[in-house]
Amino acid sequence: MNSSVIVFPGSNCDRDIAVALEKLQFKNTMVWHKETSLPKSDLIVIPGGFSYGDYLRSGAIAAKSNILNEVIKAANDGCLVLGICNGFQILTETGLLKGVLLRNKNLKFIGKDVCVKAINTDNKFCNKYKKNQILKFNIAHNEGNYFTNPEHLKELEDKNLIPFKYCDQQGNINEENNPNGSLNNIAGVFNEKKNILGMMPHPERMIDQIVSKNDGVNLFTSLLN
Amino acid sequence: MKITNTIVEKHGLKSDEYSRIKELLKREPNLLELGIFSAMWNEHCSYKSSRIHLKNLPTKGKNVIQGPGENAGVIDIGDDDAIVFKIESHNHPSYIEPYQGAATGVGGILRDVFTMGARPIALLNSIHFGKPDHPKTKTLLNGVVSGIGGYGNCIGIPTVAGEIKFDSTYNENILVNAMAVGHAKKNKIFYSKAKGLNKSVVYVGSKTGRDGIHGASMASAEFDENSADKKPTVQVGDPFTEKLLMEACLELMKDNSIISIQDMGAAGLTSSSVEMASKGNLGIELHLDRVPSREEGMTPYEIMLSESQERMLIIMEDNKEKTAKKIFEKWDLDFVVIGKTTDTNNLTLKFNNELVGEIPIDALASKAPLYDRKWIKTKLPEKKINTKDLKKIKLQDALIKILSSPNQSNKTWVTEQFDQMVMTDTIQRSGDDAAIIKIHKKEKAIAVTVDSSANYCKAHPLTGGKQIVCESWRNLVSVGAKPIAITNCLNFGNPENPKIMGEFAECLLGIKEACEFLDYPVVSGNVSFYNGTNKKNIDPTPVIGGVGLIKESKNKISHSLKKEGSIILQVGKTFGHLYQSIFFKEIYSITEGPPPEINLSNEKNNGETILKLINFKLVDSVHDISSGGLILALAEMSMSSKFGLKIEKPKKLSNLMEYYFGEDQGRYLLEIEPKNLEKVKKILHENNIFDEKVAAVQKNDFEVIDEFKIDINELRKINNSWYNKYQWL
Repeated sequence: MNSSVIVFPGSNCDRDIAVALEKLQFKNTMVWHKETSLPKSDLIVIPGGFSYGDYLRSGAIAAKSNILNEVIKAANDGCLVLGICNGFQILTETGLLKGVLLRNKNLKFIGKDVCVKAINTDNKFCNKYKKNQILKFNIAHNEGNYFTNPEHLKELEDKNLIPFKYCDQQGNINEENNPNGSLNNIAGVFNEKKNILGMMPHPERMIDQIVSKNDGVNLFTSLLN
Repeated sequence: MKITNTIVEKHGLKSDEYSRIKELLKREPNLLELGIFSAMWNEHCSYKSSRIHLKNLPTKGKNVIQGPGENAGVIDIGDDDAIVFKIESHNHPSYIEPYQGAATGVGGILRDVFTMGARPIALLNSIHFGKPDHPKTKTLLNGVVSGIGGYGNCIGIPTVAGEIKFDSTYNENILVNAMAVGHAKKNKIFYSKAKGLNKSVVYVGSKTGRDGIHGASMASAEFDENSADKKPTVQVGDPFTEKLLMEACLELMKDNSIISIQDMGAAGLTSSSVEMASKGNLGIELHLDRVPSREEGMTPYEIMLSESQERMLIIMEDNKEKTAKKIFEKWDLDFVVIGKTTDTNNLTLKFNNELVGEIPIDALASKAPLYDRKWIKTKLPEKKINTKDLKKIKLQDALIKILSSPNQSNKTWVTEQFDQMVMTDTIQRSGDDAAIIKIHKKEKAIAVTVDSSANYCKAHPLTGGKQIVCESWRNLVSVGAKPIAITNCLNFGNPENPKIMGEFAECLLGIKEACEFLDYPVVSGNVSFYNGTNKKNIDPTPVIGGVGLIKESKNKISHSLKKEGSIILQVGKTFGHLYQSIFFKEIYSITEGPPPEINLSNEKNNGETILKLINFKLVDSVHDISSGGLILALAEMSMSSKFGLKIEKPKKLSNLMEYYFGEDQGRYLLEIEPKNLEKVKKILHENNIFDEKVAAVQKNDFEVIDEFKIDINELRKINNSWYNKYQWL
């Protein structure tokens, strides 16, 4: 499977995601933001970091970069797109995903391991997870507080467009285990066709038992499935 | 402009120093030249009070590639790999403007590391604040913590370890020390020594603004009631630009176009150009009108003294400019040739082709003042307290009080504001004895720690100096790392006061003695004097940053308990030393008396033997016993795991408090499965090491036999509550 990782000035998880993709047998290419065309890709990843320093608003400037026009075209043609952390913020800024990411409810950067529940596994990104499986991921963000209008929130729930929700170690989804204030404990969302996934937790940080857990591996192997 | 006494004084120069300037120049300086002398001759840049003491430190060893004197120290960790690291203070700016002060502290130390060709892989910090109820403390704490996080998180280097302490001695002068660690190829280290005539001097990075002018001079004076007016001398950081600068520099370093490179830190363009020329025994000519500036109408004086961040100076090989420029353009950074190396041995400054200043390089560097300041010894304080006279307290109550005190509370409120995982090589995060970072795509890893013990140093600087080195060494041993070398950040008060100068001199002697004995050399460091306000000096606070090597990542070890039924063995003897302990301070507010003694040969023997046990896989967890004594160490092992402990009563010492809270040095706790106990004991005895069974691992309860029993979740709650409560007070 061919993957492309988009690199912006200020991206800082680009190497981590490339390591994960290569380890899991993707044929990966790094694509600089000034490029005007994409290599042949089955998967496009927009990595975490602080693209353009997150000036103006997280992801806002990156959403207007040259290469994003190509990403938007490819996404609309059905190419798989994964936005992690800052990548998720960029995807909401482009409108490929609806909703916005507000500042964390405690107004502080949060860097820690959290539990998330795999709510919907019937899709390209999560088919290797068991439904309601509890996963350990790492989050590291200032603006991860997912917000959207009530109609869209209902649509996300009704159409199974929420793959991951924050939960406790037993899988209970409640306010106490909502690290950043996201509506309905949302940790990630799909577009309607489920070819675009945006998520705040970093699956690429969980691919090596010696570093931490390896709960992120199945997200990548799902794609190869 | 005529240079008057007032102008000289405003530049922080003493009248005899000004006379020396005139002598060296054989004329009066103009204002630009005076500013340059002030920037180079202040304490922060010239080390004029500390140099004669620093030269005694052991700086060589079989693993040392580069000792002090460069942007950072470099050590060999085998194969092609080198580790580049340094710690630096940003105390004064952080007190005035906590967010930017702390952020630029991180930015500055990162530049020191990537300037040498290393990719930074870890950040650490040591931060000291005043008492929690001091009116400024909460604002400073919030600002500093978010500033450190703001910079490190954005640039994408994990902040993996640190220490945070509160004490009234820092009420008016906080300490913010940042350490950066990088990885480089051994044969690809870059230095700051200029070489060759007529080579281009290139300015890269951010544009120069009016921020931070005279920052280094500010850091070389005590604070007074007008210090808040010094806000404009604090620099403003931009981690985004630094990320670009780092990537551009590392990309340029892949080929051979750089002769030497130096970041513009304290005293900006002045110190970087002078240092490069001085080391290379050359002159340097700069055209200041070519310097990219952020604001209109900047004068040569402002350009030379600005401390704008994220800038570098490079001396480049001939005909390499074009390719180099392309790299910097790719990263949207300025790249301008602003001068050349010369054979005049002068710093020659031109503005629109007009000569605006000319100073012999040696007048600024090697001929800078050097002081052998008066100092007095600190006597070992007497032991005057009879513990029998103290009001009785229950063991459980004392433990709870200490665990819930600001200094011993769980620090996740702080560490969760840092990204500890980016780069995905952090295999042990903060909270353990040391953090561990894997060398990317390799088996080996490094362990890193920062430590300080200001109250020990205050009570007896010589012992305190030894103690922090030992503490650092023990923390590395406890995670299974062989300690390799240290960096130090020496935070002291006013060196013109003989007592303070004595604290400095004796702490350094202690550091020297311990480093020599443990073969744990000093490869980089920083001195920060004048930490104090209105004649009140801080307690001496040398901070040690240690780096050790773990050859096989899978051999790393942590202090959290692993198995029910295992035995906890204590290595080293307990004498029950309570002077200068957390117990005396928190329970009785007693701060007098001597610090615990240090026995270097025990330290070495214990540490080396424990490393053997770890490598033989005979122990499942290790923790050193430090502040708070045996019981706190046991509680920490338990709280970081899902197990409790059944703790035995002392066999010899009759006083429970001395036994459980005494801070005798050189001690460790080992978790051992019963089947390995005999083997472990045999090895310890062969090495003449005293051991004692102190506890056994059990489910749920943290218990001292016949004394008390607490559920570990309850214990954790006690330990976790302070920061969250404090935040909302």
